[in-house]
Amino acid sequence: MVGVVRYFRDIALGLYTLMVGMAVTFRNMFQPAVTLQYPHEHLEMTPRFRGPVELIRDQETGQPHCVVCMMCQKACPTGCIDVDGEKPAGAKRKVPTRFILNFTTCSLCGLCVESCKFDALRHSRVYNQASTRKEDFIMDLLHLKENGGAS
Amino acid sequence: MTELLSTEPIRMLVFLVGIVMFVAFNAAYLTLLERKASSWFQRRLGPMEVGPHGLLQPIADGIKLAGKQIIIPDGVDRVLFILSPVMVSVPVIMNLSTIPFSETIEARNVNLGLLMILSFASFNVMGVMFGGWASRNKYSVISAARVVAQNVAYEIPMFLIAISLVVVTHTFDLRETVLLQSGGFWNWNLFKLGVSPLMPVACLLFFVCLLAETNRSPFDMMEAESELIAGAITEYSGMGFGLFFISEYANIVVGSCLVTILFLGGWNCPFGLYPGLHWFFVKMYGIIFVVIWVRWSFPRIQFYGLLNLSWKILIPVSLAHLLLTCVMVKLW
Repeated sequence: MVGVVRYFRDIALGLYTLMVGMAVTFRNMFQPAVTLQYPHEHLEMTPRFRGPVELIRDQETGQPHCVVCMMCQKACPTGCIDVDGEKPAGAKRKVPTRFILNFTTCSLCGLCVESCKFDALRHSRVYNQASTRKEDFIMDLLHLKENGGAS
Repeated sequence: MTELLSTEPIRMLVFLVGIVMFVAFNAAYLTLLERKASSWFQRRLGPMEVGPHGLLQPIADGIKLAGKQIIIPDGVDRVLFILSPVMVSVPVIMNLSTIPFSETIEARNVNLGLLMILSFASFNVMGVMFGGWASRNKYSVISAARVVAQNVAYEIPMFLIAISLVVVTHTFDLRETVLLQSGGFWNWNLFKLGVSPLMPVACLLFFVCLLAETNRSPFDMMEAESELIAGAITEYSGMGFGLFFISEYANIVVGSCLVTILFLGGWNCPFGLYPGLHWFFVKMYGIIFVVIWVRWSFPRIQFYGLLNLSWKILIPVSLAHLLLTCVMVKLW
């Protein structure tokens, strides 16, 4: 008798749990999808993400803050930054004429950003960096496009 | 035009082409529905790239499958190996020829239609078994043996329920079965509680057997995509595999048609208004959706669990249902 009761109880319980499972999937069907359509959509990177460094520019003039003090070039452990500048006649400070970042050797350690006393360098939030050509990673920061990427 | 259509050879040709197109269209777009529905259940988007919302994806898949080389491995039984996809897909098309989609749309009314469908449905297993056997791959043979064990186990309760329905309707004729259920939903076999109070249970059992017969998850021992590669059809490539795939979906269509006809009143409207093809399709695709819903809700059960379910629950309950129906019909 106990066996018979258990037989029917097992069937009923099994059916009930199946229904619960189907209710779960049914509810999830009406939830919005969480997929990011990656090549068509991009996530905004978090503020502290360390992408390749970029020059901070003046909001109004668009000129870089950099005064060519060479501190970043000296601080870089792999020597991947190459800066050169000149002092135009009448100007108060030097302006960079060349700012090359060799991203193939950069380890994103951030020492250049730390060493900069003029608030002229920061990590960008660029993360779509794939390329098939090495030359794409020799970045000319002075002429880099705003949205970045391997230009 | 109607005169030309009513001549027998033309009529047969029209229906043959129509059924083949129906099967092909369903097989193609049910794969898309499957992928889309699975993505809804899992909060993904599914195919989105080919066409708007992936609507052209089945065509791309078809072109890809048709373009693939059909590889016949060394040492296979060539005749059986080539024959078995055909053996799997032909019975399905035969089955669809006797399904009454509406009062006027039916290729050939067979007065033993139910019997014919059930017998051709069991033919399908043989194709899969030959495919596994001919592949000369021990895993395929194991999988084929599983399929046979599973299908034998689940055909019995399916047939028992079909018999109890025949006891109620007194006919094997599917068209007749639907006509007997015309009127409102209270005339459907599903709700004929006066004849057998277990009718909804019988419908549920029939549905479970349908899942097992068509090798659908959670009973997909044959394919078991995630762990058995493709079971009995591992060695097939290109359109050989495609035929197995098409027939799998076509089998689901036939099974859903059968549930619609036997339990849900075929082309009848639930409230007796405007019966027709549209109601048949509403019910049929509703059932197909439930089939897909079940697949993406439950994990695959183990093999002994599958056999236990059939021999310990489905067969006793369907036997009891048959007995109860006979007694009730005899008494009233």
